[in-house]
Amino acid sequence: MFHYTVHTSLDVVEEKISGVGKALADQRELYLGLLYPTEDYKVYGYVTNSKVKFVIVVDSSNTSLRDNEIRSMFRKLHNSFTDVMCNPFYNPGDPIQSKAFDSIVSTMMVQAC
Amino acid sequence: MDQGSAAGTGGTFISLSDTEQRCYSGLYALCQPDSSGKLAAGKVAELFRASQLPAETLHQVTEVCGAKRLGYFGCGQFYVALKLMAAAQVGLPVRLESVAGELPLPVFVGIMNELEMRYPNHPSTNESQPHILGSLTGSAPRPPADRPVLRHPDTSMDKQEAWSPPRSPGISPPRSPSAYRSYPYGAQRNGTDTLLAHDGNVPGRLSVPQENSSPSHYSLKLQSEHPVITCVASVERLVERAEIDYSDEPWRITEEQREYYTNQFRSLQPDLNALIMGTVAKNFFTKSKLPIPELSHIWELSDVDKDGALTFPEFCTAFHLIVARKNGYPLPETLPATLRPGFVEPGVVTVPPSEATEPLIVFDDKMMPGANQLEMGSVDLQMTSRPGVTAKQDTRDESRKPEFSPKRIPDPHEKPIQRVSTLKPDSPQELDANMKSRTRPRSYSSTSIDDAMKKVEEPPTPPPRPQKTHSRASSLDLNKLFQQSGQGAKSGWLPPPPALPPRPPATQIFSFLPGSEKSSQKAVQQPNFADFSKFREEQESSVRGGLSTEDLAPPKSDSTLRHQGHAPQKPVRRKLHPESESATPPSATPYSAATLTKSTQRPPPKQKREIQMAIRKNRETNAVLTRLNSELQQQLKVVHRERVTLESQLELLRPVAST
Repeated sequence: MFHYTVHTSLDVVEEKISGVGKALADQRELYLGLLYPTEDYKVYGYVTNSKVKFVIVVDSSNTSLRDNEIRSMFRKLHNSFTDVMCNPFYNPGDPIQSKAFDSIVSTMMVQAC
Repeated sequence: MDQGSAAGTGGTFISLSDTEQRCYSGLYALCQPDSSGKLAAGKVAELFRASQLPAETLHQVTEVCGAKRLGYFGCGQFYVALKLMAAAQVGLPVRLESVAGELPLPVFVGIMNELEMRYPNHPSTNESQPHILGSLTGSAPRPPADRPVLRHPDTSMDKQEAWSPPRSPGISPPRSPSAYRSYPYGAQRNGTDTLLAHDGNVPGRLSVPQENSSPSHYSLKLQSEHPVITCVASVERLVERAEIDYSDEPWRITEEQREYYTNQFRSLQPDLNALIMGTVAKNFFTKSKLPIPELSHIWELSDVDKDGALTFPEFCTAFHLIVARKNGYPLPETLPATLRPGFVEPGVVTVPPSEATEPLIVFDDKMMPGANQLEMGSVDLQMTSRPGVTAKQDTRDESRKPEFSPKRIPDPHEKPIQRVSTLKPDSPQELDANMKSRTRPRSYSSTSIDDAMKKVEEPPTPPPRPQKTHSRASSLDLNKLFQQSGQGAKSGWLPPPPALPPRPPATQIFSFLPGSEKSSQKAVQQPNFADFSKFREEQESSVRGGLSTEDLAPPKSDSTLRHQGHAPQKPVRRKLHPESESATPPSATPYSAATLTKSTQRPPPKQKREIQMAIRKNRETNAVLTRLNSELQQQLKVVHRERVTLESQLELLRPVAST
């Protein structure tokens, strides 16, 4: 059920990055921040230099999550993602099956909760 | 006997653990099953006898498992029988119920010794499998290959290497029966691989003897298109290495394996210190016919620095993992310690090159052509090499040990060296990886060395301040020159730096020079320390030039400083009295002029020191004042400029405003 939310948030991401004419080089611009707060949850966006988008959906009731934490989560995600990319056997576009990646993501999510 | 229970045995499914399955499948293969799956009665009987169970028990087993009823031993019956025998050996009654639980593997003397040893009451162990194997091999010296290659039900890969019982026991003790399974995709290797299985995974000996004993079963032929060739070569090695002690872990790389890996590495990348690019490695490893997800996992495990390329140790690790995988070992979740790039083998001779041989086989593409020939040759080799193998065991091991340890040691060094050397030649891949790799943003334990290597040097220390100020001043110099041209003596190329760094050491020089009250002079003097001697010579000539140097201060280049230094120093030298300070430095010129005049007077040497002390104090105050002066002057200039711009803007706006 979150897929719908993520898909809709992609539009917001596109809107944010299309408006920026300058090169998105630094971390700050990679992190898009709160995309769209709904009644139930908040969506945060992050785009990489290669236009790969990360979207994090968090429960609104979880107010303890600060912006910095979200940023660090995105950073970890980005790092793990690059590690997965480094694997020559991984074809971009395939669902990621790396166990290391999954473990990192799970750990991160557990920490956030 | 439990006929009743036996009746249902045929269709009873008994769960087998992995080790059991392997063992049983190996035994099954051993018994020379025919096309329909029936086992040769003779072989079965032999096996049963080897279990050293009383005949009555064996009869019971036969009945319970259903073979008696059927008249032959099929796969299922055989397995049940094995399990029953295991139970009997443990002391349980021969019942179907007995086999429901976990049992140690049945012991067959002379046949499966290794096998049992291998699985000493550890029916199932996932990660301990390797350990088990290791222990087994170590303990059981001979058993000819029981490599119970797990036969898949398809029997398509029939690798059964019929191990040859006749094999001389000396051949290789620790080759524990390969309990590993051969995966379907590993079938290509089939017998050869298994045969060559190194101790690490499985006793390669199995293959060897098997080849000899039963070429017919030798699935090598089956895999003729497979790199049997590799088998041949590896077989030799295997045979030689037969005596290699089966190390306790299949995750160690033996020397032979390492040699093999080295050769393979060289085929891809001649420089051992360089990296193999990801795509190259991908193509290479894809030839092993392992499924992509597994290869992906292997890559993740072996590429510890996550740079998308493999160094030599990483390559060995990956290769080793692939070989292990082909031999049926499940891939570990994390990289075993022995496979880490930084791991240094303590000189222990590890698993025999069974794996080394395996990889040879793996790459079918390369080996296909000569497979057939190799087959023949391999058999011969095995025949001949076997006898002599046993004797060499010890010597070989020992020789290997020292070889191995030094070999290992360089590896960790290699890695750092590779890191360094490859840092540049590496494609942007590595650079990119570096940027985002763990080496920097995240700490990665195994790449600590890499961190050190890859870390960009710290930015060079900032240039000394005076230079900076000087650079700034240079721009001002011109202005100053133009603006203060009236001042005259000032040499335009050294504007007073906004902040002259105090030069305490200059005081030392000052003792040398009786007078310089200005900090700039101090600074100047310092670099021009050596020039002092010149001062005297140039005193007359550069007196004037030196005057302006006061404000110039050290920032200027040494050459200029020297020039300037000359001038100020001269006056400094001359000047004896600290009255120089009186000339507040609104302009260096007047100051210097004053100093000049004063310098002419020279107190007697006796009072020199006192005067010098006073001079120093005055100098310091002068320095402060000079600095202040220069700063104010600069501010003045800035303000002037602003005023000018504002005025111009005002003028521009006036007509607009007026209209």
